[in-house]
Amino acid sequence: MKKLSLAKLYDFFAAVAKDEALYCPVNNETGKAEYKRWSEGVELSQQLNTLRSAKDFFFPQTENLMAFKMEGKKIDVIDTREECEDFVIFGVRACDAASFDILDRVYLTDPVDSYYKNRREHGTVITRACGKPAETCFCGTFGIDAADPKGDITVWDVEDGYVFRANTEKGEALMAKHAALFEETDDKAVKAEQEKLRAIMAKLPLAGLTTEGVGEGLTKELFDRPEWASLSEACLGCGTCTFVCPTCQCYDIRDFDTGHGIQRFRCWDSCMYSDFTKMAHGNSRNSQLERFRQRFMHKLVYFPDNNNGIFGCVGCGRCLSRCPISMNIVKVMKALAKGGNK
Amino acid sequence: MQAMMEKRALELLENGTVDRVLGWSAGEFPYDMTPAVFETAEELKNNFVYNDFCGANLSKYLVKESRKGGKILVFLKPCDTYSFNQLIAEHRVLRENVYVIGIECYGKADVDKLKAMGIEGITGIRTENGEYTVMTVYGDKTVKAYEAMADRCLSCKSKKHVVYDELIGEEGEVIEDCDRFDMVKKLEAMTPDERFAFWRNELSRCIRCNACRNVCPACTCEQCVFDNPNSGISQKAAVTSFEENMFHIIRAFHVAGRCTDCGECSRVCPQNIPLHLLNRKFIKDMNEFYGDYQAGEDPEKKPPLGTYTLGDREA
Repeated sequence: MKKLSLAKLYDFFAAVAKDEALYCPVNNETGKAEYKRWSEGVELSQQLNTLRSAKDFFFPQTENLMAFKMEGKKIDVIDTREECEDFVIFGVRACDAASFDILDRVYLTDPVDSYYKNRREHGTVITRACGKPAETCFCGTFGIDAADPKGDITVWDVEDGYVFRANTEKGEALMAKHAALFEETDDKAVKAEQEKLRAIMAKLPLAGLTTEGVGEGLTKELFDRPEWASLSEACLGCGTCTFVCPTCQCYDIRDFDTGHGIQRFRCWDSCMYSDFTKMAHGNSRNSQLERFRQRFMHKLVYFPDNNNGIFGCVGCGRCLSRCPISMNIVKVMKALAKGGNK
Repeated sequence: MQAMMEKRALELLENGTVDRVLGWSAGEFPYDMTPAVFETAEELKNNFVYNDFCGANLSKYLVKESRKGGKILVFLKPCDTYSFNQLIAEHRVLRENVYVIGIECYGKADVDKLKAMGIEGITGIRTENGEYTVMTVYGDKTVKAYEAMADRCLSCKSKKHVVYDELIGEEGEVIEDCDRFDMVKKLEAMTPDERFAFWRNELSRCIRCNACRNVCPACTCEQCVFDNPNSGISQKAAVTSFEENMFHIIRAFHVAGRCTDCGECSRVCPQNIPLHLLNRKFIKDMNEFYGDYQAGEDPEKKPPLGTYTLGDREA
């Protein structure tokens, strides 16, 4: 483990930013944290997490896939892909770091999504252990340790600085490049921080939340449960939960007529929307109940079904704090677990 | 307040005046209540909650709920009654199937304001003498209730219920000198370029979740043109950011003259875009062009954009 003194954090940022784009959470004009490109003078946010997740770096809300150029009867297909530049994300929390594993399972398994892979390969993720977790946090439910986040490098805030630990070759290379800024340290301060954080996590209101009643192989048991009606009753059918979610991965592909050609783009889609997966025959889920159920069944049953029991939620709590009507995955999990014996 | 509301709801449910009750159901935390329909006394007793964090305007739910058969009781805050009246005027809610209980309101709280003060790990909130004692895993903290008041409530236009079948609590007054147009005036004082930059910046945060539209009591089209793949302009996300911004401008035009300024659009925006300012600009303009008009105040009153007189500005 290596230590960076408090005063040297921005020296490290400057050194990294010299070679590649560096992004970190920054407080925006509304006081909320969002990932922004760092440059001299930009201050790292000390908030627990960003309002939007870090998935945008690898799976942006919109991106052009290809273009078509028409001249008479001739159509040119233009590959708009470009090799992504190297970039570093600093300050990713354990939940969001875990979300990358979930997205990888979707986008890096056959057929590999070359757009996603391109960004993933060029990105270095520096995670940061949480300081003051919120009541909406429940990453522990999914086996994620907020005190020991994954990523290429893990950083812990300690009393008089930051302790860095490289976890991957990419991480080691980055730290080796800036070795002059660091000094050697043992894991004592980190252990103390971890202990402190884990004690807080255990006191949080959702500390006892389990995945009992949901998971792999439970489609038949859960699909027709009567609770879906009351759970989905107040849902506005907006896409807030989906779009702030670090693991929601569905997209739509559309063509945009530029007047002299076609731009084929993809954009995030939400299963909460009335035209989600609308096909020639119509829509497969006509009521909000069905659409609502899809979102939670996907995360709590279908995803585990297809991924060795791994859930499609990382407990970041964004949907808990942002849903306009305060309905969320925790309420769904508790309702399904409670009614399980009926 | 909660005890009085629950008691009255139970009475009306038990004596058959209403079949269902639309209120708020308890959440995981002291601030995350969900709008809910209660059908039995047991459900009410177990889950009904009302406190300062019950900010949602329930009137739009009645578009569906008033058509489900039977009579439904709804609790409406003063600002919500304007939305309700407007929905009546637009024949979107069946008045005869709704029993309205107006509830007094001194402003609702916004949990994000507590969080902005660095209060995290909330496990309980006690309300006493205009103060919230917030219990957290990091210790307790006491704040003045007005410090946590939702922005829209700070410029409340009316504490008077414009429609109800009965009232719980005190009836208030229309607040003539509320400062709700202050920010609009500031925007008007800007140069067009500055104003353009202001909105481009605010709207640049939009993630197109459609929460503003879906919560809006004035947005009750069966299918929004932006959701209809056959409309030619449906968008989940636009190709260009300018097109994206147009969504909000078009929506503001569509609800002009019908928006009651309930503030739900800005309340639900996950990106804190001050969308209500677009609507307030329209309201202010209409007041100035056609004389004072408050949508929802009186469902019989003709709306300025729905009538034509020779005295009109454009006549």
